Amino acid sequence: MSIHDYESVIGLEVHVELKTTHKLFCECATTFGAPPNTQVCPVCLAMPGALPALNREVVEFAVRAGIATHCTIEHRSCFDRKNYFYPDLPKAYQVTQNEFPICTGGYLDIATGDQVKRIRIERIHMEEDAGKLIHISEEGTLVDCNRCGVPLIEIVSQPDLRNGEEAVAYLRKLRAIARYTGISDGKMNEGSLRCDVNLSIRKKGEQTLGTRVELKNLNSFNFIARAIDSEFKRQVEIVEQGGTLVQETRRFDEKTGQTYAMRKKEQAADYRYLPDPDLVPVEIEAEEVNRIRVAIPRLPEERKEQYIRDYDLTAYEAERLTDDKELSDFFEKAVQETTYPKILVNVILADVAPLYAEEPLDDPVNPASLGKLSNLLATGEINSNTGRKVLKALMEEDFDPTSYVSEHDLAQINDREKLQETVDDSIAANERAIKDYLGGKDSAIRAIVGRVMKDTGGRANPILVETMIKEAIGGR
Amino acid sequence: MNYTSMELLQLSAALRNREISSRELTEAVFRTIDAREEAIGAYITLTRDLAIKQADRVDALLGQGLTLPALAGIPGALKDNIATRGIRTTNASRMLETFVPPYDAFVWRLLRQQEIVLTGKTNMDEFAMGHSTETSAFHLTRNPYDTTRVPGGSSGGSAAAVASGEACFALGTDTGGSVRQPAALCGLVGLRPTYGLISRRGVTSFASSLDQVGTMTRSVRDNALLLDAIAVRDKKDVHSVGHEGESYLDAISEPLSSPIIGWPESYFNSGDLAGDVREQLEKALHFYESIGARIIPVDLKTLDASLAAYYIISSAEGFSAMNRYDGVHYGYRSETVESLEDVYVKSRTEALGPEVKRRILLGCFALSNDQYDDYFLKATQVRTLVKQEFENVFQSCDAILTPVTATTAWPIGTLPEESGGGRYSNDRFTLPASLTGMPAISVPVGLSDKGLPVGMQLMGKRFSESLLYRLAACYEDAHGLLATPGEVK
Repeated sequence: MSIHDYESVIGLEVHVELKTTHKLFCECATTFGAPPNTQVCPVCLAMPGALPALNREVVEFAVRAGIATHCTIEHRSCFDRKNYFYPDLPKAYQVTQNEFPICTGGYLDIATGDQVKRIRIERIHMEEDAGKLIHISEEGTLVDCNRCGVPLIEIVSQPDLRNGEEAVAYLRKLRAIARYTGISDGKMNEGSLRCDVNLSIRKKGEQTLGTRVELKNLNSFNFIARAIDSEFKRQVEIVEQGGTLVQETRRFDEKTGQTYAMRKKEQAADYRYLPDPDLVPVEIEAEEVNRIRVAIPRLPEERKEQYIRDYDLTAYEAERLTDDKELSDFFEKAVQETTYPKILVNVILADVAPLYAEEPLDDPVNPASLGKLSNLLATGEINSNTGRKVLKALMEEDFDPTSYVSEHDLAQINDREKLQETVDDSIAANERAIKDYLGGKDSAIRAIVGRVMKDTGGRANPILVETMIKEAIGGR
Repeated sequence: MNYTSMELLQLSAALRNREISSRELTEAVFRTIDAREEAIGAYITLTRDLAIKQADRVDALLGQGLTLPALAGIPGALKDNIATRGIRTTNASRMLETFVPPYDAFVWRLLRQQEIVLTGKTNMDEFAMGHSTETSAFHLTRNPYDTTRVPGGSSGGSAAAVASGEACFALGTDTGGSVRQPAALCGLVGLRPTYGLISRRGVTSFASSLDQVGTMTRSVRDNALLLDAIAVRDKKDVHSVGHEGESYLDAISEPLSSPIIGWPESYFNSGDLAGDVREQLEKALHFYESIGARIIPVDLKTLDASLAAYYIISSAEGFSAMNRYDGVHYGYRSETVESLEDVYVKSRTEALGPEVKRRILLGCFALSNDQYDDYFLKATQVRTLVKQEFENVFQSCDAILTPVTATTAWPIGTLPEESGGGRYSNDRFTLPASLTGMPAISVPVGLSDKGLPVGMQLMGKRFSESLLYRLAACYEDAHGLLATPGEVK
């Protein structure tokens, strides 16, 4: 059998750090990057007698996430203690929701290629983060407790994902939701979005689940995709060679592109969960859920449908635009200034969207100006070449594109008479290219057009120029 | 005048009328401490300097003609699991021998607002796990009525301090009986209030669903006065409800109209109930009958099951609560560590005592994957049954009268007589109130032939403290206060 006969079965556990002002059970600040141990108190340091007091804002954030992922919001959920020793966990237990999570049974639709695929979400629960260990070589390890007690939600998917691409699409979608609903920055590099991957393989067509391997410490979309593909290959190789997979936790090495086992001896974890007697069940009334639902800003799905409907965009275009809340907001501002949304979207997806890449961004250019710029492009007043130049200038400093174009004499030359001389010159100077073109090499005409563009400072209408050349040299 | 045997209300009046100063009273208490402490061992830490300062402050304020709260200027003690900012709070453990909390327990803040004088922090069983104060990592505490005997526990230091006149009142904590039992063995009034009446914030958790702060005083009215000062809602303890309306002290004066007192046969027919205890309790029953109460037999079947359920739940919660003492962040760390595992294993091995370890292991077992359903889950189900049983019983009676302990104080170094329930069986009468969250008060009934105090337990519905106080005050008014250890000799 070959690798193509196998498929991955992947489920993700995604931790989203919530950007509430205060921690989950105390009033300490949650600011990222503060000096070590400056955002701590007896509660998050687990001093004797300290008691947790639930920050209700966290509940609201969790409910927002649940609504945005089509989950059932449970009227009553409970906190449990997960007991284990580690220096970044002062209480020696993590307060989490084990048996009764706040949200259950939702889904997210992801787009892969032209397909829309539904990924089921098993549950979303609230829990507290642990601190950070700082290893100093030759000196030892220090503990920074600033992050102890920072609120998280964990979103657990069903094993519905099949490859790295789908996993990344799902994560992008989750991150978009986190940002749309305002619950998190979703920054992987700062750890406010973290992902553990559970992966097993099976032969295509089979329904059983294989031995599950957990991949931890993956801190970029790129690594996640690579780790999944590499782990898939590793597992297939082992099975193909007649080996047996072990249930274990593995780490991805960015340099080698391989996964490796984190610990040789995997002890069966027994966290000795118990209901946290310092807390009472979290109750939330339908009315409150509705209040939260109504207050949630428009989510990507809704925006996407609206874009397709109102601006005649393709599903792909709408998906790309709504991938990122900031980008989508940018588009909505820019589209107010143009009568040619399709042109605007072309410009945004080609030249603006890549800037949003992984991290959120302020508007890289005044959206209103970009809207006006698209009008100039759409009406042929400038060509795409000039458009790109103007956009570049706009990113440096904002101005009115229409006056800029006339002031700098950038308008596209659409006048045959004005172009005729230059076209003739170009034909005369490119005998070889003409021969090639007439000999059947279509692309050879580009050289002749290019010469005209160069001679006109990029302002000639390239389509018109091409037509004129063809007319002049005859042929096809 | 022997100030230290006066009731709080009398002391309060004497202070206001400037018959005595807080300084004089405080010095008198410390003279008793100087005389008795070596024999009794009630305290882990004495706060003499602070006490004198607090007393002088009260005298100054009274001198300015200010009206101060009732407890102002009166010396009292706190069990050493109640956090006091700037004063070490050891929980009677090597683990926290030098731990000085940077915060105050809510109850201590309330008492400071009352301008009480703090005599010190009292001895206890390590982390409140025990019933004789013998598991303290530091020293024994002896029963003031017979110093060869235990004072009970875990709030044994608080009980011994008040009984010996080394404090005018004290706070303890009661998880399974740790206020009521030492109160009974030391001849005091000890209340375990309704779960949630007093904030637990700043009080070291042993088993959070069971822990309650309790009041220990010589008289019933003193107890009500003390409860009035600390039954205040704390918004940062989710279980805290506090008390509003008529003060407990005032409520005692209201008439008691022919109450119905339940008498659970199962409690009295327990095999090991000592003769002298039974005798005193029957005396109390007859007294209540004589003042027009109706005594009805009530059927409580869950006594033995409560014992098992209590030890499983308290140990499970205790296991989880104790894990924070890991040698990493604060408290004891072994000096011979070479690895992270050493930090945990050696620190805990060296700094925790055998009883604490026993409970940790018990809890660890009861919560493990394989045992959870048979132990922890079952125990929580039993707890629900116990609650239901008491709810039913309280449909037909106002209060239930039971023993507090099966025996009077037992000799140091021995276990109380067992009735098949093992080392913990003497605790069983106090456990149902803990499991159900209902209030229960231990009230001195009299002295045994050996001159040892015997207490009765009155249990009531949730928030029935006023009724329990009235019933207790009735008995106390008719019989007078129990003789102090000094008077007995």
